Amino acid sequence: MSAYIISICMLAGINMVAVIGLSIFTGFTGLFSLGHAAFVGIGAYISGVLTYHEYTDFYTALIAGMAGASVASLIIGIPTLRAKLRSDYFAIAILGFGEALRVILENLDITNGARGLPGIEEKTTPGVLLFSIAAALFTARSFLKSKYGSACIAAREDSIAAEMSGINLFRTRLLSLAISAAFCGLSGGLLAHYLSFIQPVMFTLVQSTQLLAAVIAGGMGSLSGPMIASFIFIALPEALRVAQMWRLAAYGLLLVLIMVYRPQGLMGYRELTDIFKIFKSKEGKK
Amino acid sequence: MLFLQTLVTGLSVGGIYALMAVGYSLVFSVLSFSNFAHGAVIMLGAYIGLGLAAKLNLGLGLVLSGSIAGAGIIAVLNERLAYRALRQRRAPSLYLMISAMGCSVFLENMVYATIGSRFYSFPKLFDHQVVEIAGSALSLLDLAAFGVSLISIYALHIFIMKTRMGIAIRAGVDDLTMCSLMGVNTNRLISVVFFLAGAFAGIAGIFLGIKYLVYPTMGWVTNKAYIAAVIGGLGSLPGALIGGLILGVLETFVSVYVSSIMRDVFSFTLLIILLIWLPNGLLGHEAEEKV
Repeated sequence: MSAYIISICMLAGINMVAVIGLSIFTGFTGLFSLGHAAFVGIGAYISGVLTYHEYTDFYTALIAGMAGASVASLIIGIPTLRAKLRSDYFAIAILGFGEALRVILENLDITNGARGLPGIEEKTTPGVLLFSIAAALFTARSFLKSKYGSACIAAREDSIAAEMSGINLFRTRLLSLAISAAFCGLSGGLLAHYLSFIQPVMFTLVQSTQLLAAVIAGGMGSLSGPMIASFIFIALPEALRVAQMWRLAAYGLLLVLIMVYRPQGLMGYRELTDIFKIFKSKEGKK
Repeated sequence: MLFLQTLVTGLSVGGIYALMAVGYSLVFSVLSFSNFAHGAVIMLGAYIGLGLAAKLNLGLGLVLSGSIAGAGIIAVLNERLAYRALRQRRAPSLYLMISAMGCSVFLENMVYATIGSRFYSFPKLFDHQVVEIAGSALSLLDLAAFGVSLISIYALHIFIMKTRMGIAIRAGVDDLTMCSLMGVNTNRLISVVFFLAGAFAGIAGIFLGIKYLVYPTMGWVTNKAYIAAVIGGLGSLPGALIGGLILGVLETFVSVYVSSIMRDVFSFTLLIILLIWLPNGLLGHEAEEKV
């Protein structure tokens, strides 16, 4: 039983790394991505193929997966972000990128096509995963506290005003996309070496929607909100043994309800630490 | 005569793309957001048609009208429940798009959970004959799909140009707020727009179902319809028709003369290139995001 609980927590944790990645981009620049599962897929396939054929060891493969996802994000990010597409056009362009990538993965020999890649070594331990989550959180926080992070938030709130005060929208958004893709790639690498089997259908629009749902439900502009949401999204249905289709139907319904009733999400712009601060200040008054 | 045959197949595929693209464009022209739930409405239209044809043994005409009415009502309900509150709050169009994504995921998986993931084929509604024209075999179904899409899009064009409701819709496309100040009931107008989009989804669903199969994720083909709408210019009806035909023909030629695997990669690459360099499409209006 405890092995079962650990496996749920592992999956939720791996998903959390990707959600932190996506919230660096979507949560803090306000641009929606319907294709981040593609970056997870790139990370999973690059690192999976590298260790499967024993080209490199596990850690080098993880880093290669992150780098590959980042480079891929530049390929789609440079033209689309430079063209300053309408935000929904951007979401669709990146969706097209993700779908095209899946078709390519399904037809490459080195990835074993649509049948998937079985027998990748199981290397993802709870220690590696905890370290990855910590690294993702630390990077995300330092990025957001940096000059670029403030620029991202300014661009999200009012892109024209931000641009007029001297922020280079293109460079800020691209940097945040590259970092976010790197963490999605890391999450993919961890997933591949945890499940020891990957398949192109694991990285489609459905998965992109799930990631986006966690970020929106948790609250755009918060890191802890999406982390809590991603944990609830993975762990709760798994623990209750809900069938996949009912789970997805519930995600869909949840997205609609959030948009209609609480578009700011669970946490809004707040972090868990902010809530602790409120408690502390109340106690102080007493 | 492989060339002629490829061309006709391409046009018939393009006709179906155009039927789907019209639904996208109608909604986009009035509310300027991409209605991702359209694919799910097409899928439900196909299931309604399948139910009428297989369980009640109705003919093509009744199946088509049942599916048109059913899909139309579903589209109207979809707008009432998932978009209206957002619209009245003047939420950013992206919120509407996410809500639409949510609807699509919800409806698809409800069908999975209740009807199941089985692939169904339509019972024979009319002879799947092959006619010979100029030495090449052309399927009657392909010709019918092409013909029906042309006729129905033309009928929609007449409706929008000639009737009072059509004039109101065109005014709404121009400026919805001004339109409501002039005494048009905008909620009703938007319901009519969604009903029309749903009706076209119903027709598209039937032809998709006959040509391929009926299954819960069949609505994903609407990604292609979306590309078609972008080619023609989102929000433009003639654009949707032209875009659909161009995409259908190009795709069929790529899959016949290059490779069928490259077909989808080609379409999605085309989409990205178009969005970057020609975001307004061939016939679209200026579509800058308003400040």
